[in-house]
Amino acid sequence: MIEFSLQHPLQGADGAIALDVRAELAAGTFAALFGPSGAGKTSVLRMLAGLLQPAQGRIAVNGVTWFDAARGINLPPQKRPIGFVFQDYALFPNLSVRQNIGYAVTAADAGWVDELLELTGLSALASRRPGQLSGGQKQRVALARAVARKPQLLLLDEPLSALDIRLRGELQDELLALHRRLGLTTLMVSHDLGEVFKLARQVLQIDAGRIAASGTPAEVFLKNRLSGQLNLHAQVLAVRREEVLHIVTLLLGTQILEVIASDEEAETLKPGDAVEFSARTMNPYLFRRR
Amino acid sequence: MSFAHILDHDWQPLLLTFRLAAVTTLILLLIGIPLAYWVAYTRTRFKPLVETLVSMPLVLPPSVLGFYLLLAFSPQNAFGQWLEQWFHVRLVFSFAGLVIGSVIFSLPFMVHPVQSGFQALPYSLIEASRTLGKPDWYTLLRVLLPNIKPALLSGVVLSFAHTIGEFGVILMIGGNIPGVTKVASIAIYDEVESLNYAAANFYALVLFAVTFVILLTVYVSNKKWLKAGGG
Repeated sequence: MIEFSLQHPLQGADGAIALDVRAELAAGTFAALFGPSGAGKTSVLRMLAGLLQPAQGRIAVNGVTWFDAARGINLPPQKRPIGFVFQDYALFPNLSVRQNIGYAVTAADAGWVDELLELTGLSALASRRPGQLSGGQKQRVALARAVARKPQLLLLDEPLSALDIRLRGELQDELLALHRRLGLTTLMVSHDLGEVFKLARQVLQIDAGRIAASGTPAEVFLKNRLSGQLNLHAQVLAVRREEVLHIVTLLLGTQILEVIASDEEAETLKPGDAVEFSARTMNPYLFRRR
Repeated sequence: MSFAHILDHDWQPLLLTFRLAAVTTLILLLIGIPLAYWVAYTRTRFKPLVETLVSMPLVLPPSVLGFYLLLAFSPQNAFGQWLEQWFHVRLVFSFAGLVIGSVIFSLPFMVHPVQSGFQALPYSLIEASRTLGKPDWYTLLRVLLPNIKPALLSGVVLSFAHTIGEFGVILMIGGNIPGVTKVASIAIYDEVESLNYAAANFYALVLFAVTFVILLTVYVSNKKWLKAGGG
């Protein structure tokens, strides 16, 4: 059981924001911090790791207080049983794959390093240096190194963002398998909706420093589930009059779409406007893509 | 120059030069690495002040530094008196004094390359090591230093070569005592003063050859290092 309450002023890309989040994570869960970049996701992760000291707040993990501003408690990162996977992996360039993974493991536990190498499919690469690895291989080493100390909390900072889509899917499966096998309480930062939906059991949606929604992925992302109502954000590209009606050109994701609009609707729209596109599709067609 | 002829020369100033350079470089390694580490990672507002002090010898005339060291070391002044009373050492006109002067004078040549080396490494390496439960001194020895070997080599070689080429500071605080403070660069000046060009040429030629070989070795080995992936 992990509970935290963090308050901290942040300098974001869009000016200053006041980070104020509190949440509880069940032991053994896979949780995701989801939200746009600059919302404070990585800062939350760094505060949990002890790499950034919050101005106010409290962090308690399995009954042990890691941080408490009021009582002046602040365990250094070394004293917190965590694993951290950095966005740039932060592998030690001078050490081999085996040495990287075994960096925090005592010599008596060499068998555990072998097991991790096996588990992540890195055995054949054990004596290579990080400079000789592909992106996906580096990611696996970073993950194996982070779990090698058997941490109570595994923190992943956009762990797959540097990889291409196909490889990302593959590594998501591996990450899930490793999580099931080791049962580590995991908190992942991501701005990839598909990734969060696939991996997480608990979602903390964070926006401008605050938790906007939390719950299971279905609760957070499928507010209107089973209603058949499809709501999408769209942008107006053009409005033109044709005979007795108006045609509005919309940008929906990467698709361009033309819809009919009444006089009253068309009057209020101009190119560049953001609109909510709402359609009722009780029984949509689904085609398998290849 | 025949071989016997070479041995005829007084090798003492050259040996003294290399001894001074070796001792200076060793001390600079011991104090330069922690200092470079501190300057590279500190967030104190005094950092510009420290950086300025470290860099001063780059622009200051050596005689200025030598003059103040001479005043400081002199037994007529408080610091020199204190040294003599408590430690029974007199730094003026002594080898120990030369070493201190050389360490100060060559400080930027060790600190700057090593500091750049640290700053070129991603900070996440230190943070990763912390999250893996390791203290910073362990990270320094196991991760940071092995990854800045070319910078360390540059620091060592530049400090060594710069100490060999020192003249002004030594003349001010060391004088010209054979076997104690008369290093090769001083000897050259001395021989020219007494119109003994052959001896001056001998010292000059040896210094020229040695520094050339040292620098060549660095560039060749650095190239190999870079090819091997920096490690």
